[in-house]
Amino acid sequence: MRRLAGIATLALLTLTAACGGGGGAQEPAEGPVTITMWTRAATQAQSERLVEAYNKSHKNQVKLTVIPTDNYQPRIAAAAGAKQLPDLFAADVIFVPNYTSQGLYLDVTDRIATLPYKDSLAPSHMRLGTLDGRQYTLPHTLDLSVWFWNKDLYEKAGLDPEQGPKTLKELAEHATAIDEKLGKDGKVHGTFFGGNCGGCYVFTFWPSVWAAGGQVMDEQGTTSLNDQKAMTDVFAIWRGLYDKGVTGPTAKEEQGPTWTGFFPKGEIGVMPMPSTTLGLMPADMKIGVAPIAGPDGGESTFVGGDSVGVSATTKNADAAWEFLSWTVSDEAQVEVMAKNKDVLARTDLAENKYSAEDPRVVLINSLVAKGQTPYALRFGQTYNDPQGPWLRLAREAVFGDAAKVGELNAQITKSLQQ
Amino acid sequence: MTLTITKSGRQAARGAPPARWRGRKAQGWLYAAPTAVIVGVLFLAPLVLVGWMSLNRWPLLGPAAFNAPDNYTKIASNPLFVDAVLFTLKYTAITTVLLSAVALGLALLVQERRPGVGFFRTAFFLPGAVGFAAAALLFYGMLNPDFGPVDPMLQALGITSEPVKWIGTPNMALFSTIMLVLWRFAGFNMLILLTGLQAIPVEVYEAARSDGANRWQIFTRITLPLLRPTLALMLILSVTGSLLAFDQFFIFTNGGPDNSTVSMVMVVYRDAFFRFDLGGAAALSVVLLVGLVGLNTLMMRRLR
Repeated sequence: MRRLAGIATLALLTLTAACGGGGGAQEPAEGPVTITMWTRAATQAQSERLVEAYNKSHKNQVKLTVIPTDNYQPRIAAAAGAKQLPDLFAADVIFVPNYTSQGLYLDVTDRIATLPYKDSLAPSHMRLGTLDGRQYTLPHTLDLSVWFWNKDLYEKAGLDPEQGPKTLKELAEHATAIDEKLGKDGKVHGTFFGGNCGGCYVFTFWPSVWAAGGQVMDEQGTTSLNDQKAMTDVFAIWRGLYDKGVTGPTAKEEQGPTWTGFFPKGEIGVMPMPSTTLGLMPADMKIGVAPIAGPDGGESTFVGGDSVGVSATTKNADAAWEFLSWTVSDEAQVEVMAKNKDVLARTDLAENKYSAEDPRVVLINSLVAKGQTPYALRFGQTYNDPQGPWLRLAREAVFGDAAKVGELNAQITKSLQQ
Repeated sequence: MTLTITKSGRQAARGAPPARWRGRKAQGWLYAAPTAVIVGVLFLAPLVLVGWMSLNRWPLLGPAAFNAPDNYTKIASNPLFVDAVLFTLKYTAITTVLLSAVALGLALLVQERRPGVGFFRTAFFLPGAVGFAAAALLFYGMLNPDFGPVDPMLQALGITSEPVKWIGTPNMALFSTIMLVLWRFAGFNMLILLTGLQAIPVEVYEAARSDGANRWQIFTRITLPLLRPTLALMLILSVTGSLLAFDQFFIFTNGGPDNSTVSMVMVVYRDAFFRFDLGGAAALSVVLLVGLVGLNTLMMRRLR
């Protein structure tokens, strides 16, 4: 019996030693505090700029960890399960409702109420960060889907380089013209899209539905409307482009990591792109930016990007909030975000000393009010997950048997209601 | 180590004084303790936890709620898992057969000491030194239709006229993955078989030859029967590894196209980390574990 007790003590000691290592560091300390923050690679540039500017001007320091976008959700889940979340973490805004419902974020309603500009914070991000009237997140970065067109290729193909497409049908005409005139060598293609990537489809196709006055889900995000005409019309146009070979042969296999990589190489005439990539384009490339339109007109965009909140398990809530509130201050928004052509998290600062320099930035900023961010508690597992039902529907509609859309739409609804 | 201690314990029980007996036994426990702690903390405790999780609704944060047997009953109505079981079994069967054949072929090729054989042994084994995730990423890059070097090479040689859809169709995705697995594991399995081949006494071959046996007879009547224990080990490793396949499908094919290459572990991963259904994922893990233990017991009995 004593032997057993000995072994048990030994085991306990080992466990205590193993667990004790990190425990002491978590205590709130006097003086400057170092807080930890996680973000995903997709919006790394913006997060790094904000953290760098903050660390230069403040005693408290932020230590930023960037995690590959595809692994971000699993990493958050694993960290939450082990109660090892960082003090702050950003998240793709469409995942925020799920995270708040899982209790991962700290309620900051009362803290937000003290901000003088609380009513000017990006409305779609704020809506998705609110659960049962309580607020949990602030907008971190805004990433809007827009159409980029390559002015040089337009000119070579005999199109007006200053006139981008105003309807989805026009985009199809432009893309086809470029492909026919310049695509013979197999390098240049009319257009491109991520054909095996659920997130790419929602980001780039849904704005055409909204622009045409349609909807993709009901208000509660529990019923899918992706089998309705507004959506199937959009699918049909892209299907036509793929069938004619205008999109380039690899669109069907594109899983997401490289879908934005072809436009900067000058190989694509016109395609949907994330607005955050505008600042990353080659300096000598002449690029036009147009709002995403429906088949016959209208304007809309998917207001994506990240929200950021204080994690529910933090021991440094005050220091974390100090950084968080600073990121949406005039100083950070204008001198860090606007200076780098990023979309602002506050609508009252849309007109600032930097925005007038580039009319494309003004256009993107103006789209924030016209765009949408769809709300659904089960968004990720339904639309982003490669094994989720949305990707199957989109692929059948664009490459396969379009007659299956109705049946697959029912599966989306089922997934949304789980 | 445990064996030695038990033996000396028995010897002590026969005649040595009780005090010394007790001391030695305590010493034995002490020797075994570090391993026992590691097994307990890293294997038994997680196993018990997974079992308990599978009986609960287990949120990311906050208290769990007992809901047995819901996590188990809903498995049958999870079409993705049912498809994944069938796919994983198919993948396991194909991989195991091909891997055994290729590994045995390679082992027979480099079995005898001849000039230059060391080079080939190293060359065949070398892919095994690449991390599996890295190997999957390597294949993803090599076979990528946009920037991979394989397609341009095949086209330059006149073998194909346009880019091959390596992971574009369900069959091609499975084929490409099996190529990856063969490249990565054939050398390692060759090494296992090689140790078995070299353990067969030369005298047996000589005796067979002097009895007039031809090469085929020697292979089927001598080599294969004597290689049986080694083959059994390789089969068990290959079957277990294939049933737990994850990296190659997660990184290389991402389960696609159209969910045609989703393995069982991928479903567990998806339930845990995309759907945050930790209880459900734990139940799937338990089912998988029971299946694996059952299958391995069966194989051990048949192959012994």
